[in-house]
Amino acid sequence: MTDNVLEVKNLTMHYMTRKGPVSAVDNISFSVARGESLGLVGESGCGKTSIALSLLKLLPDNADIKQGQILINSKNIVPLNYAEICKFRWKQISMIFQAAMNALNPVYTVEEQILEAMQEHLPHLSEAEMNQRVDELFGLVGLDPKFKNQYPHQYSGGMRQRAVIAMALSCEPDIIVADEPTTALDVIVQDALLKRIRKIQEKLNMAMIYISHNVAVIAEVSDRVGVMYAGNLVEMASTEAIFHRPIHPYTRGLMSAFPSIVGEKTKLVTLPGEPPDLLNPPTGCRYHPRCPYATAICSQEAPEYREHGAQHFAACWHPGGEA
Amino acid sequence: MEHSDILVNIQNLSKLFPVGGGIFRHSDVFVHAVSGFNLQIKRGESVGLVGESGCGKSTTGKLLTRLLDPTEGKIEIASEQGVIDIASLRGKKLKTFRRNVQMIFQDPYESMNPRLTIYDTVAEPLNVQGIGTITEREARITELLETVGLTPAASFLFRYPHELSGGQRQRVAIARALIISPLFVVADEPTSMLDVSVRTGVMHLMQDLATNLNVTYLYITHDLAVARYMCNRIAVMYLGKLVELAETEELLQHAQHPYTKALLSAVPVPDPTYKRSAVEIKGGISKPINPEPRCRFYDRCPLADDSCRDNPHPELEDKGDQHFVACHKI
Amino acid sequence: MTMQTNGITVSTATHAPLWRIRLRLAWRSFKSSWATFAESPVGLIGLGVIIFFGLFALAHPILMHTVWDSATYDPQMGYDMEIAFHPAAPSVRHLLGTDPLGRDVLSQLMYSTRYEFVLGILSAVVTVVIATTIGAVAAYYGGLIDAFLMRLADLVIMVPFLPILIVLSSFTEVGMFELALLIGLLSGFGGNTIVIKSQALSVKVKPFIEAARIAGGSDFHIIFTHLIPNLLPIALLYMMFVVTSAIFSEAVLSYFGLTTIKMSWGIMINTAQTQGYLLRFDTWYLLIPASLAITLLCAAFYLVGRALDEVVNPRLRSR
Ligand SMILES: Nc1ncnc2c1ncn2[C@@H]1O[C@H](COP(=O)(O)OP(=O)(O)O)[C@@H](O)[C@H]1O
Ligand SMILES: Nc1ncnc2c1ncn2[C@@H]1O[C@H](COP(=O)(O)OP(=O)(O)O)[C@@H](O)[C@H]1O
Ligand SMILES: [Mg+2]
Ligand SMILES: [Mg+2]
Repeated sequence: MTDNVLEVKNLTMHYMTRKGPVSAVDNISFSVARGESLGLVGESGCGKTSIALSLLKLLPDNADIKQGQILINSKNIVPLNYAEICKFRWKQISMIFQAAMNALNPVYTVEEQILEAMQEHLPHLSEAEMNQRVDELFGLVGLDPKFKNQYPHQYSGGMRQRAVIAMALSCEPDIIVADEPTTALDVIVQDALLKRIRKIQEKLNMAMIYISHNVAVIAEVSDRVGVMYAGNLVEMASTEAIFHRPIHPYTRGLMSAFPSIVGEKTKLVTLPGEPPDLLNPPTGCRYHPRCPYATAICSQEAPEYREHGAQHFAACWHPGGEA
Repeated sequence: MEHSDILVNIQNLSKLFPVGGGIFRHSDVFVHAVSGFNLQIKRGESVGLVGESGCGKSTTGKLLTRLLDPTEGKIEIASEQGVIDIASLRGKKLKTFRRNVQMIFQDPYESMNPRLTIYDTVAEPLNVQGIGTITEREARITELLETVGLTPAASFLFRYPHELSGGQRQRVAIARALIISPLFVVADEPTSMLDVSVRTGVMHLMQDLATNLNVTYLYITHDLAVARYMCNRIAVMYLGKLVELAETEELLQHAQHPYTKALLSAVPVPDPTYKRSAVEIKGGISKPINPEPRCRFYDRCPLADDSCRDNPHPELEDKGDQHFVACHKI
Repeated sequence: MTMQTNGITVSTATHAPLWRIRLRLAWRSFKSSWATFAESPVGLIGLGVIIFFGLFALAHPILMHTVWDSATYDPQMGYDMEIAFHPAAPSVRHLLGTDPLGRDVLSQLMYSTRYEFVLGILSAVVTVVIATTIGAVAAYYGGLIDAFLMRLADLVIMVPFLPILIVLSSFTEVGMFELALLIGLLSGFGGNTIVIKSQALSVKVKPFIEAARIAGGSDFHIIFTHLIPNLLPIALLYMMFVVTSAIFSEAVLSYFGLTTIKMSWGIMINTAQTQGYLLRFDTWYLLIPASLAITLLCAAFYLVGRALDEVVNPRLRSR
């Protein structure tokens, strides 16, 4: 596949702590094609944000990329230094953070902040072109341009999140990483924003990685879904396949534990136990202590992440629950 | 509804928070966080209170547990001592009455004193109310911890909250709320900070306890899907007012109030093939600061006309089958 | 978030008495705090210096009872008849020389240490008791009580310490004990109250306070079992800084002769000054040991405070 904007190969990342290494991302591989929206879903602490930060090399000091490659437009960014990586950010890859307030600088107006990013990365644009672009971006994310001279604290939560999206789009990145952008918002605002994000992504034919712990949100915005558990990518397939024909026991559990307001009211399943501590994750398959199908091999050897059907990947010794 | 069935009868409950003002200067601008709130809760049922953040759900919960003093209204609770209006209880009577009403909080990380062990946390209501001897208390705590799924209890008793996971802490919070066998429990978003794989367990636990210990819940949540599983009836709140109240499935299938419809249509569905109906409403939720005497939903309502502007906020009206709606247009 | 749940060893399966379990828990939490504290070399150095001074103070009565005869070595009344001219430079008899009044400098230095400790710790304890109680009460009740207590704190911060003392010393005798109380009162009612109150405000809004109210807990119960225990770590931290400032203030005040303290490091410098030996190189032993002791002990408590900050303030403990 040549049209992959992003390719991640065998990425492993640890956080070094005083109690030992936290294995937050463990041997993960996936790719995202142009115009495609990939959803990453998993419970909190499973390493979603860690992956997002790795993709932009925005990791904290104690993070250590142990192995693997991150290819953005076929260029491996893992060995790049700070100055080189800065050329990638904004123009090729940009990020929407969970806490919009932290991503915005409170002492500048929203317009100033967007202009600053553009001056840095699109120096060929004239001032008039830039101003016009700010208006376009505001229109794109559904904000009235008359608010552009206001400060972030004058915005409501939903508006702030929109401003952050406008900023992330300002330099026309090839891929955008959205880390739980709607988690703090109310359903009605969330709904409007989700629709908007989806529309923008399709209109600009941009690649997107959408991260959320909310299974239903992922169903709304993604073409393909990757399910994460305890630092591992356990299953990845088209959204339709993940929701209707999941093969990994964790994915199945997750789907049947998630309540919905439509359809028949089926009994919600309780997954036994709790997610593991990544300081010393279980041996073998990390899900085996909670898995109903676990056998001896599951605790001894990590299952290979491989294709089990057309474009349906999973890492499991007993895919679909078979022996 | 037979009258004797009713455990909690809330009538015309209001809470106004002054805006600005100070110690010596009284403000005449108020946030009408809860206003004219009427609700009857039957013994053994679980009523869901849903709405967007800032609509007054938590304030209602705090009024019912008397963490806040109501500005106006009655909260009648049918306890062993007869029906008592707790809205104006004070001092010793209030303290004794607190045995009947308890609360479970949202944030399992903040709802326990980090310097107290699990034992001390769960024992607190017993200590404060002076119930039982130390050995009796210990036995009761051990038994209840096992009931909420913290087994073996002995290995949890003397841990600190930070040594437990979120799900375990929420179980401790449930144990603390139930240790003095309350009749009525206000649960303010008890599962919204838990992960899916742990959340279901806590939800099931709360349901089991409701049947086994005969507890009545007011279940506050912003998540309608969770409310569907936890509640017999759902009450929808908007800017301090109830706008719709019905049996859970009735409300989900046949919502009538335009706000409820908008809310339902905005809930994402965990099924990529499902196409939701699009109901657009204008603007976002604001603060009910000295609201005009008209329908609170007027500014955002797709059905609104002049009569909605000129008449006061509509009362809840039974549209048949105990389905209550507060709307001039329906 | 998954929590670290292994490594917990306390088990009640044996049903040990409650106090034993609590003791064990306290010991365990002390150990883990100590582990954090010990990671900072600065804190260990500070603690080392404090222990050194502690031993130094303890050694004095022992020396006085064994090798030093009191007529010669008494820090206040002693006089060495065998030396013709005082102050005398360090010698084997007087390791740090003698002062202009013929007293042994080392003995003075050691003798004073215990009073510096008493002064520092007493004023810190007074400060903490006052600041924690007032901070907690002001934060918990808010409203008029809060406004009154905070205006009082503003007032205390504004009144200058030295003038108060000058006025006071003309009325009454300001000895070590009175000075400790005064420093304790002033720093307790002043800045420290405000710091602790702001901490108390953040604790007060936590849901566990509401849970305690719903359980039926009285204001007294809530303040003493929930609010204050959560303020103690930060109070302990500020205690260290109060010790530093108390020792330093005493030195300054004694130097200016504003106290009636008979012997202290400040008094030692004061004696050198009044006798006209202050700025001379040859009589360095009248100035340097005392000022060095002041500096070292103040710095030591400060460093311990900084290291405690690491233990108390989770913000600084991200990894
Ligand atoms: N800076 C850090 N230092 C140490 N551990 C960290 C750090 N950041 C995250 N972690 C740990 O790494 C794991 C994955 O975290 P994260 O990627 O934030 O998960 P998610 O975004 O899925 O909730 C968690 O166990 C978390 O505790
Ligand atoms: N102590 C308070 N003082 C002033 N206003 C408050 C206070 N508590 C809540 N409010 C206001 O009352 C309204 C309802 O808040 P709340 O009950 O917390 O809503 P919810 O729980 O539904 O999110 C909000 O507008 C909020 O700002
Ligand atoms: Mg995250
Ligand atoms: Mg709330």
